[in-house]
Amino acid sequence: MATQAGIAQPIRPGGRVGSFIHNLKTGDDIAYGVVWLCATSIIVVTALLVLELWINSAQARTHFGFDFLITSIWDPMAGKFGALPFIYGTVVSSALALLIAVPLGVGAAIFLAELAPPRLSDLLTFCIELLAAVPSVIYGLIGIFVLIPILEKAVVPALKSSLGFLPVFSGPFYGVSIFSAGIVLAVMIVPFIISVSREVLLAVPRDLREAALAVGATKWESTWQVVVPFARTGIFGSIFLALARALGETMAVTMVIGNTPRIQASLLAPGYSIAAVIANEFAEATGDLYTSALIELGLVLFALTIVLNAAAQLLIMATTAKGAGASR
Amino acid sequence: MNKLLFISGLAVAALAGSAFPATAQTLINGAGATFPSPIYTKWFVEYHKLHSDVQFNYQPLGSGAGIKQITEGTVDFGASDILLSDDQLKDYENKHHFGVLMFPTVAGAAVPTYNIPGVKTGLNFTAKALAGIFLGTINKWNDPELTKPNPGVKLPNADIVVVHRSDGSGTTFCWTDFLSKISPDWKSKVGNGGSVNWPVGLGAKGSAGVSGQVQQTANSIGYVELIFAEKNNIPYGNVQNSSGAFIKPELSSITAAAAGAAKTMPADFRISITNAPGKTAYPVSTFTWLLIPEQIPDGAKQRDIKDFLHWMLTSGQDMAEPLTYAKLPKEVVAKEEKAIAKVH
Repeated sequence: MATQAGIAQPIRPGGRVGSFIHNLKTGDDIAYGVVWLCATSIIVVTALLVLELWINSAQARTHFGFDFLITSIWDPMAGKFGALPFIYGTVVSSALALLIAVPLGVGAAIFLAELAPPRLSDLLTFCIELLAAVPSVIYGLIGIFVLIPILEKAVVPALKSSLGFLPVFSGPFYGVSIFSAGIVLAVMIVPFIISVSREVLLAVPRDLREAALAVGATKWESTWQVVVPFARTGIFGSIFLALARALGETMAVTMVIGNTPRIQASLLAPGYSIAAVIANEFAEATGDLYTSALIELGLVLFALTIVLNAAAQLLIMATTAKGAGASR
Repeated sequence: MNKLLFISGLAVAALAGSAFPATAQTLINGAGATFPSPIYTKWFVEYHKLHSDVQFNYQPLGSGAGIKQITEGTVDFGASDILLSDDQLKDYENKHHFGVLMFPTVAGAAVPTYNIPGVKTGLNFTAKALAGIFLGTINKWNDPELTKPNPGVKLPNADIVVVHRSDGSGTTFCWTDFLSKISPDWKSKVGNGGSVNWPVGLGAKGSAGVSGQVQQTANSIGYVELIFAEKNNIPYGNVQNSSGAFIKPELSSITAAAAGAAKTMPADFRISITNAPGKTAYPVSTFTWLLIPEQIPDGAKQRDIKDFLHWMLTSGQDMAEPLTYAKLPKEVVAKEEKAIAKVH
């Protein structure tokens, strides 16, 4: 209809078309349309991705059903595929990475945003952004040639002599392990946590700090009890971003995790992650069922990311409700 | 002045136009194995120097990808270090209504590499010892199966750390194919393939990953391509062959394995040359194959591919050894020359 009208009355000013064009000139509608397209395209791409993974994993899904998720034999020659060791390796290495990176990252962000002299803060922030830009294969190589020898010579013997009675630190250590993967991942995700958390902390209104100081809080009390709770949502956001990165990291993980699809209690034992097995085996996978099983692993990784993110969102909602609206 | 430029421009265009049909390029696309990629690249460059109208384009994406792409018909030829299974051949035939031919091009080998403090290159491995180590039934370096064939070498009372490839590869196919032939246990429990369910050990990505892991881990053992071991100067061992001799992996002993297998070679060259007969044959050897469709409707492509195959079997073979590939034995070349006629 609109086009018909446009053809019939192309130049009459003041009509509906004219006002439409006039409105367009203000840019609002164009801007609306453009950003709407941008936002929609993200949903479309995500949906297409899931659809593609769903369709191409059909054979493995019908062949193994739910067993795919709960069996742990991965034998391409016998046509047996179970995803459990990969899910385990992915979750445990990422959890370990978060365990190390969250306190470190949030602590560093608080220092940079609240306590450090501005010049030092800028310098350190620059270094952190550099860290975030290092390609993951470099992290993998540093893991193999620098981190693992240090772990072998110093860290693991110390752990074993002090905490060796715990099953998570039992068994022989060959260098490559879930433990090494967790540490490398932690180093990789720390910049994300610091960078985003620092921005969020800096965005906390000055009034709040001043009010806290005015009622007699020390600098640290105002930071820890007022500023940090206020920025909590944003800090959690940085942690999600870091978690997503850790779950999907491929190259660095495959270089240090040991690529062994077995579930072992010890963190010092080698493991395997979903992204790593896809990268390792997809190119040489022969046979439809094998390829299909690898694609289903991709689907599992996707679902895992969603589930973990949703769980984390719930956690935030629970904690912020208690914080009495402090976050917003 | 302008006119002159215009006329000379026309003349150039006319010349170019007339010259163009004569140099019409036949572009032949291929994809597949990474192991032979350096020699294939060399061959395609050299062949292009002789025949400027033929351009080969090869993407080393892996054997699995090569098989997949030739079956899909997205490339003119494929390449693989892994034997095509009956199912894969049938898949191809169902799709295209004609078969796909396998042409061996060069041979290579997988060698055991190890890192035992104080032990140099050249350790002797019986077939039984290798199967035992990779199955996990032999787990100490001073096991009699290892000490007996190595008199004078002091092997430690240490646990063996096994390292294998984590990515699917032709090297793994060759290694597991050998173990399947010499050990019924391996055959029933693990089998042979580009990636298998390893009973023990750590997985490392690529030959570089395996050798790196072995170099870093005391008392470890892994396997890499001979080329890789030679170029990186890492210690590797000799393997006992079917006639009981311990054979050093080198180009001549790999070619000997190919020659040993030639007698029983089927017309389609679908044969693994691991554990081949012959006194001097290195037992963990393998061919790498080009996958060529039986029917190529495009006349120019068909002519060029057949001509290239012929050239590869004759002049091309001389370029193999400088690049550390074992060349094909005479017997195999003669058989392949005959097989080229099957492409029509």
